[in-house]
Amino acid sequence: MAKHKAERPEKTAENATSVWNGMRVAITGGTSGLGKELALALQNSGAKVAFVARDRARVEELLRKTPALHGVVGDVSSKDDIYPIAIQFLGALGGVDVLINNASALGPVPLVPLADTNCEDLELALQTNVLGPFRLTKALLGSLAASAREGRHTAVLNISSDAAINPYPNWGAYGASKAALHQLSQIWDQELALQGIRVLSLDPGDMDTPLHALAVPDADRSTLKSPESAAREVLATLQSLLLETKGEPHPNTQAALQ
Amino acid sequence: MIAATIPAQRPPDARLLAIDAAGQITQVSRSNFPDLLRAGDVVIANDAATLPASLSGIHSRTGATIEVRLAGRWSLEPEAVKDFSAIVFGEGTYQTPTEHRPSPPELRGGDDLRLGSLHATVACLLDHPRLALLRFEGSFEEIWRGLVRQGRPIQYAHVPVPLAIWDTWTPIAGLPAAFEPPSASFILNWSILDLMIRRGVYFGTVTHAAGISSTGDPELDARLPFDEPYRIPESTARLVREARERDGRVIAIGTTVVRALEHAAETNGVLRAGEDLATQRIGRETRLRIVDAIVSGTHEPGTSHYELLRAFVTNEGLEHMNAELEEHGYRTHEFGDSIFVERMNVTAASVSPRNQNGEPLAGAFSPHREPLI
Repeated sequence: MAKHKAERPEKTAENATSVWNGMRVAITGGTSGLGKELALALQNSGAKVAFVARDRARVEELLRKTPALHGVVGDVSSKDDIYPIAIQFLGALGGVDVLINNASALGPVPLVPLADTNCEDLELALQTNVLGPFRLTKALLGSLAASAREGRHTAVLNISSDAAINPYPNWGAYGASKAALHQLSQIWDQELALQGIRVLSLDPGDMDTPLHALAVPDADRSTLKSPESAAREVLATLQSLLLETKGEPHPNTQAALQ
Repeated sequence: MIAATIPAQRPPDARLLAIDAAGQITQVSRSNFPDLLRAGDVVIANDAATLPASLSGIHSRTGATIEVRLAGRWSLEPEAVKDFSAIVFGEGTYQTPTEHRPSPPELRGGDDLRLGSLHATVACLLDHPRLALLRFEGSFEEIWRGLVRQGRPIQYAHVPVPLAIWDTWTPIAGLPAAFEPPSASFILNWSILDLMIRRGVYFGTVTHAAGISSTGDPELDARLPFDEPYRIPESTARLVREARERDGRVIAIGTTVVRALEHAAETNGVLRAGEDLATQRIGRETRLRIVDAIVSGTHEPGTSHYELLRAFVTNEGLEHMNAELEEHGYRTHEFGDSIFVERMNVTAASVSPRNQNGEPLAGAFSPHREPLI
């Protein structure tokens, strides 16, 4: 039995390159697009990474290529999958410091005006883009708060879109769901400040991903950002947020670090 | 007492009976629990999440249907999921009271158990025909996957509806490690934590693999609680040390927190951070070194949870409390009402403090406190 193990690295080391080292990161939608690039970049930077995706074959394929990742098969839009996903994340990583809610559903494909949008398509967008991240964050909140109390960098990153802000015709289901996620993130960020958990909503920009191809099949792909460079930008922003002292939990949950 | 039969973690009518160090009893609405706290107190809760630890399956040698209830583990490391101690029942469900559940077929070392996609072997029996050491096959990730697919929360006949995992996770639940919910923490939610912190109360956690509360067999029940691994973060150890320095109380949410904190301070009264295995029983003879008060559910006399309270209060105090609980119809079990018990300040010692060798202790700890018990 492991007795009195060395405590995990605390955030006293403010070396920017080491912020990911040993960090336990969980990512939804990890087998394609931005999610996959985030998983690979974080793993390369020394983080322990677990991801979830719906398609078993694709999960297994990514694990064959990058065995250091931890893969979970599940659907964040399904209420009954949330706790099994959370338990497998926690089982694989021993705790979660950073949760990245990246998995997204577009709504109707091809995109159509709201008047032609089936209720079921709107429901699926809300389930995947709002309720899924909400439920998974709630299920992992105890672990995230424990991590913050122990002085580790702790955050929830919700992948948003400029469609959350701008009313693009035909993007109604997606835009409304991302707007909800964006507002949820901002409120949660304030409410969890005492616990030392930051919640951030980020727009990675228009990327050359399977989701974008579904939305805009005839897009000029040369004008789109590669998911790799979007992942680099997202991680740079997240890193600056984590290094801000604002993420410290209230001192009543964590005695002053010596 | 009346059993709480509805799986609501924070029913609006939940009550709390408090007994202070002088033996005075107060009854409050449980949502007013923070009013019992003082600035400078430190509240420590168990943040273990609850495993879906009930696995139904087949005993291959006989073809008999069984229910396996995982009951113990030796480490909290996520990879350490190959070996579990487990209680095994014959056919049936939680709807049959545990004491009426049939025994499993005779279990022998080497027996193969098929539990959905999980595959386990009986390594040996642990001195009882229902208690076995199981070894699971596969990688630790395969075992976690099998657990979430096949496992259901352990539950008892007093709650008739099947429990979902979220019914058994306290709001602060983190690492899945408990076999049954550390249900005293059902009293907490994030609004209460915020309120406590704003009022100058400190909050920390331990992770303690709370074991099962009942086996249906008196001989096995007498062995509860089994050994339980726990981890105390350095940040929590620091909160406790600082509480001592400013004379704040250390308030444990749940019996498992008492067990972990007291075990980690067993050697010299100083709380050690890190992971360890709690093996001790807490009762009338125990001299508490860390914990000043406990929040717990109401428990039937004779259970290990109830016996633990004897470390806090005299027999007379406990009888008084019990009479009040009965008279006012408090509800018992994991979704029931709560008690807040402060360590009693009694001069007429019913038990004199003793060290592990049974020798009397004199002024060995907490110089700023009056001798207790």
